[in-house]
Amino acid sequence: MPASQELTRARASTRTEGSVLEVALEGPWRLDGETPRWGPLVGKDRPQEVRLRADGVTRWDTSLVAFVGEAQHWCAEAGVACDTAPLPEKMRLLGGQFAESLRASTRVDHTRSLLEGVGISTREAMSQGRDFLQFVGECWIGTKRLVAGQAGFRWLDCLGEMQKCGAMALPIVSLISFLVGITLAYSGAIVLRRFGGDIWVADLIGVAMTREMGAMMAGVVLAGRTGAAFAAEIGSMKANEEIDALTILGISPVRFLVLPRVIALGLMMPLLALYANFLGILGGMTVAYTALDIPPTAYWVEMLTIVDLPDVSVGVIKSIAYGLIVGLSGCRRGLQAESNAAGVGQAATSAVVTAILFIIVADAIFAVLFNAIGL
Amino acid sequence: MEAGPAIEVTGLACSYQEFKVLQGVSFTVRTAEIFFIVGPVGVGKTTLLRNMVGLATPVQGEVLFNGRSFTKADTAERREMLKTFGLSFQGGALWSSLTLSENVTLPLEEYTRLPRDEIERIAAFRLAQVGLAGFEDYYPSEISGGMKKRAGLARALALDPTTVFFDEPSAGLDPIGARNLDRLILQIRDTFGTTIVIVSHDVDSILGIADRLIMLDRETQGIIAEGPPAALIAGAAIPKVVEFLTRRTVRSG
Repeated sequence: MPASQELTRARASTRTEGSVLEVALEGPWRLDGETPRWGPLVGKDRPQEVRLRADGVTRWDTSLVAFVGEAQHWCAEAGVACDTAPLPEKMRLLGGQFAESLRASTRVDHTRSLLEGVGISTREAMSQGRDFLQFVGECWIGTKRLVAGQAGFRWLDCLGEMQKCGAMALPIVSLISFLVGITLAYSGAIVLRRFGGDIWVADLIGVAMTREMGAMMAGVVLAGRTGAAFAAEIGSMKANEEIDALTILGISPVRFLVLPRVIALGLMMPLLALYANFLGILGGMTVAYTALDIPPTAYWVEMLTIVDLPDVSVGVIKSIAYGLIVGLSGCRRGLQAESNAAGVGQAATSAVVTAILFIIVADAIFAVLFNAIGL
Repeated sequence: MEAGPAIEVTGLACSYQEFKVLQGVSFTVRTAEIFFIVGPVGVGKTTLLRNMVGLATPVQGEVLFNGRSFTKADTAERREMLKTFGLSFQGGALWSSLTLSENVTLPLEEYTRLPRDEIERIAAFRLAQVGLAGFEDYYPSEISGGMKKRAGLARALALDPTTVFFDEPSAGLDPIGARNLDRLILQIRDTFGTTIVIVSHDVDSILGIADRLIMLDRETQGIIAEGPPAALIAGAAIPKVVEFLTRRTVRSG
């Protein structure tokens, strides 16, 4: 019987009547309130029949449906008869549907064994490697056709990209190279001062900037700035089926999208690197003048005793390679991106990571190579 | 005039990512026919379309256009054949960095040697054909979804293709827009004798303009019915097909 005063929370009480377990539900059943659960309620009992009553329920929602459904499901599993006849019809119907969904739901196990995981990753790595080679091959063929004049080239696009990745990157490249020059000068001065060789800061900065840091800094800045932009732009084009629209017209995305960008970077990067060299040297000169009392003319003359054309050419050669690396990895990651928002973000991130990784690897290879040929 | 088949698909098996979606799909599309590929959502209609036009590689089987194999064609041959296709994408797939006019002129620039002003006039005409006169210099981001779709169609028609494929043409259009598009499709076919292949589940469109259709089914991973829609309904041989086309539950037996 329902309690005389109104219950404030849902309640389920059991009563054994011979072999029948009668469960009386009472009070307000709400998802956001506390409600009894079937499992703990029935415990280890194994009655021959379960009868559900809901005479005392003041209001109910899916929480009660879940209780009734779980009860029915439990009865079916345990081979116990379940009498839901005393329940209101709607409640009975929904409870039945809930029990049915419990019976029908099959969970998919997404966990993998270690061996399986290693296998899948290896296969993915191999297919990625093959795709990358194919991509580089396509770029190579595209360039060859371009040079042979067999295919049209979108110079206007290329010029636009040159402006974006070259001219518009000047402020950030200036700032970073200038600051790198300053940092190098200060750290160089700490060591050189001990030997009374303050003036050699000029040599240090000159060689470091022209051979290494100018190209490297320009490369890293453009990897973050332009490489990520390429990946995001091409990735969202892919998500929007724009790449498919090119393919269906027989226009190769490599020729249309990749080559103008990669060529733009390959042309602009040496200029940016030279500019970065200049700004870095200027930064060093500023420190030499203000902190070490070396006049700019002395600094300049000293620097020219050691820095000559081969040093500058080493930097320029490197910068061309870095430009191609940034352009290729940005475009590649963009074309590889999954066709959704997360895929575009992922592409931008991995474009930067790939570009910087390959820049460092290339730098190491160049170091060995230039050493071998005595540059 | 008895026209041969424009498209022959034989024993095509396609997969989407790692899932096998369709297998043993064979059908033919006649020249100047409006042919529908229909079926419930997720059955592989778009996958079939992508495999037919080379945006995905079939696991097995062959696709022939006018008797020439597209699946086995090399790059140059394929490019030659692609020139005769137009594809209207579900969301338009306009190149977002180009204006509507530039979107339509690009294929013409790629494949023709027409002078610039001529190309621009053709682009303006194409856009006017789909009701977008005056929008030449708008960017795709500045127009509505339905307009993007129509601009995508204008681009697909740019090179006077002999076959035009539509991926869900009426998705995202209001009933009047959808009917106008149907009318436009009929007009294209009647004027140029273009073969039209449409992936759709829009029953109004199917009953309105389809000459023939194939219906795909998830359980058999293939075709369960082929023929003119009216005959399929009248024949009432396959309950699933009649249910789909009439939106009524059919009791079998």
